[in-house]
Amino acid sequence: MIDTFLIPLLKIVVVLNATLVGVTYMVLLERKVIAWAQSRLGPMRVGPYGVLQPVADAIKLMLKEDITPVKADKWVFTAAPIISMVPALIVYAVIPFGPVVTIFGHPVSLFITDINVGLLYIVSVASVGVYGIILAGYASNSKYPLLASLRASAQLISYEVAVTLTLVSVILMAGSLSMVSIVNAQYNANVWFVFVQPLAFGIFFIGSLAETNRAPFDMPEAEQELTGGFHTEYSGMRFALFFLAEYANMIVVSSVATTLFLGGWLRPFPNVAALHFLDIIPSWTWFLIKSFVFLYIFIWVRATLPRYRYDQLMRLGWKVLIPLAIVNLVVTGIIRVLLT
Amino acid sequence: MIEAIAFYFIAACILGFAVLVVSTKDTVHSVLFLVLDFLFVSALYVMLGAQFLAAIQVLVYAGGIVVLYLFVVMLVNLKRPAEAHQDPHRRSKLGFGLAGAVLAEFGVIVAYGYARPSQAIAATASIPVAGNTEQVGWLLYTSYLIPFEIASMLLLVAMIGAIVLAKREL
Amino acid sequence: MPITPTHYMLLSAGLFIIGVVGVMVRRNLIIIFMSIELMLNAVNINLVAFSSQLHDAIGQVFAVFVIAVAAAEAAVGLGIILAFYRNKETVNIDEMNLMRW
Repeated sequence: MIDTFLIPLLKIVVVLNATLVGVTYMVLLERKVIAWAQSRLGPMRVGPYGVLQPVADAIKLMLKEDITPVKADKWVFTAAPIISMVPALIVYAVIPFGPVVTIFGHPVSLFITDINVGLLYIVSVASVGVYGIILAGYASNSKYPLLASLRASAQLISYEVAVTLTLVSVILMAGSLSMVSIVNAQYNANVWFVFVQPLAFGIFFIGSLAETNRAPFDMPEAEQELTGGFHTEYSGMRFALFFLAEYANMIVVSSVATTLFLGGWLRPFPNVAALHFLDIIPSWTWFLIKSFVFLYIFIWVRATLPRYRYDQLMRLGWKVLIPLAIVNLVVTGIIRVLLT
Repeated sequence: MIEAIAFYFIAACILGFAVLVVSTKDTVHSVLFLVLDFLFVSALYVMLGAQFLAAIQVLVYAGGIVVLYLFVVMLVNLKRPAEAHQDPHRRSKLGFGLAGAVLAEFGVIVAYGYARPSQAIAATASIPVAGNTEQVGWLLYTSYLIPFEIASMLLLVAMIGAIVLAKREL
Repeated sequence: MPITPTHYMLLSAGLFIIGVVGVMVRRNLIIIFMSIELMLNAVNINLVAFSSQLHDAIGQVFAVFVIAVAAAEAAVGLGIILAFYRNKETVNIDEMNLMRW
């Protein structure tokens, strides 16, 4: 009874709350880091050093007027932000934050579940997230959002191919689709997959920048082009949902990259006994540290690089990343066959 | 018991959304109901123990093919609905006649089924030799390698064909 | 009542017949294509149900091929729709009679 219902429920509550709080503080982190990169201070007024800024943002967005355009498709208009947010959250069901630990004498696994097609589940759920963007643009019944949403969804589905191909090479190395098995494979191989598959890691990073509509690939939602993109007509809490969905997607992609390439919950050099003193840091903290590094690089890239033009973006996706991913996959396959 | 409730609920949703796909006037809503239909079919596959196929269904069908349909719907969305007038060429009588015939067939099958009940599906009861994905992968790459390669050629040809057909100038 | 393959067959037949009615009754070409997808899904449900009953993964392999063929057919069909729409500005199949007598 406790094992089948209570503990998973508790885990879901913890993970969802942590995600949503993390997402709101991601916004603050981004503003601060970009400000420091630009030699200014960022939000400083609300709370000490601006720490309570997300609370102010949340209250502002909740109290804003909720405008629905005339002749917009009401049901689809309301459903689009929800369709954008839900896939970003349900991916957390398979992400492993740590191995099986004992809490109060009870063995608890630090992941909500471990299905045997975990990675495939993540990819398929992420591909459903495209609908939020398409429907947002369509339901707004206005020219700019429609064009922007078609461009954004074309970008998303193009980079999905490259990202999925790099994931296949990781699956080749690990021999399993389950996320926990992939981390265990890195433990057994004594090496993080980022050192074995650097090209795949690079393609995954660039592809996930494009998948989450982040700079330098954020043409569809940039304020200077297309007047705000597919969420032009959204205001108040619905706009907040889109915003949060984008940051939640960022965190999801960082978690997936950590699990697949950076060793998940493993500490650096997990088989070297001399570094046992590093074990005082619990496994899930290592996971969070690695995800945080990845997120920081996301924000860093946004502060540094200029935006890609749309045709340059599509050219990069189709003519550069996909051939590189295919070459990586073929070479990985050949080496795996030669080594066994 | 739980399985029966789940099956009936999912089956009702699948058939309900399918009827909505076929009968809705607005094409975009029709496409959205199709997505929901495919998601429920994927749930049915999970119930049958075909997890790999369920993920593939969501990834390819719901996340790829229907996105394609949505794109085309938005590109051809006309000012006037495509069926503004009651069409004299509708084959309504033939269509519903066929449906009636199959419904009669249902009745016969169900009656026959009650006379000689078939054995239940052990949904995920039997422990698979390897996981479901391994089984499917093994078959795809050993016994059915040639159909697999031909399917990839088919997809390549379809990709080239779609690009050529949809280009503005060649 | 345990769920037997008969239940899955009935569901599959029902879905198939809804697809057939959609193809015959509707005049919008895109809805007709979507009804064809419904029919293919009905076939897939049948295949996977029998694969589960006979404990042989070959039904699922066949279903994967059906999905691949459906993807190819959808791509080419929608390309044809787009090409035709560019010429005649309609997706109503009764108005697609350029080659009729």
